[in-house]
Amino acid sequence: MKSSWWKILAVILLIYTIMGGFLISVPRLTIVNETIRALYFHVPMWFGMVMMFLVSTVYAIQYLRKPTTDLDIASAEFANVGLVFGLLGIFTGMIWANYTWGSPWHGDPKQNGAAIALLVYLAYFVLRASLENQEQRARLSSVYNIFAFATMIPLIFIIPRMTSSMHPGSGGNPGFNMYDLDNNMRLVFYPAVAGWILLGVWIATVRVRLRKAEEKILDLEYEKNK
Amino acid sequence: MKKINSVFLLLMAGLTTYAQEPTVEMADTFRSEGKIYVVVAIVLLILVGLIGYLIAIDRKTSRLEKKLEENSRS
Repeated sequence: MKSSWWKILAVILLIYTIMGGFLISVPRLTIVNETIRALYFHVPMWFGMVMMFLVSTVYAIQYLRKPTTDLDIASAEFANVGLVFGLLGIFTGMIWANYTWGSPWHGDPKQNGAAIALLVYLAYFVLRASLENQEQRARLSSVYNIFAFATMIPLIFIIPRMTSSMHPGSGGNPGFNMYDLDNNMRLVFYPAVAGWILLGVWIATVRVRLRKAEEKILDLEYEKNK
Repeated sequence: MKKINSVFLLLMAGLTTYAQEPTVEMADTFRSEGKIYVVVAIVLLILVGLIGYLIAIDRKTSRLEKKLEENSRS
């Protein structure tokens, strides 16, 4: 385990998230009741997703400036972990919506926007899988990656704030207005976000290392057969 | 004036105590029975188990990298 201090930090933060998330007192609000605690687990999925996609896009831009296989691998793997976070976010949201809004899919602008953003990113992997030539795949998917990130921002952060949405922080409200007053919740929420992001980076780096090892094996085989 | 003030204060005091009353239904009984610790223990065990698994994959990857390094040098 190379340079593992931040991995240890991730574990500590996540253990704290679960203990604090279930045990520290929360505001008593109607409709959500005790499920307000889902905020500690559902919302960090989205923060994690946006962070992973951001890192992926930065690698994509770097690839276009200076094309190397390593940058392409990093870009693809961070997008992959981001997609997992996004799927977990949408499914946890559906469970929560079923309880608070009455049905799993409520056509809420943020819900729809998140679903479209995920489809846009799914198309990224379809694009990657459909191209045989490695250099072409890396270049085209890097360009598409930037497009996907630029599409996700208005879908998740802008459009839901312009129309009425049942998500807190939407319909003209600043984010988390409803919960922000409570310092107890911040005390758990921010460490939770940091912990999940670090875990995402950890998984992504392991995947990147595996892919690089795979590339190396292919190179060695190529050398041998020459 | 003093009388009005004290009436106002009483009213306010009444309002604050009303606001503090647990009118919203929460899992209070569940918590008071200490059952919440069962849930925390289970979720913690799952988290620790998955993290342990991730650490194992991380170490395995390191070993693979080392092996490849040795192979490519020879």
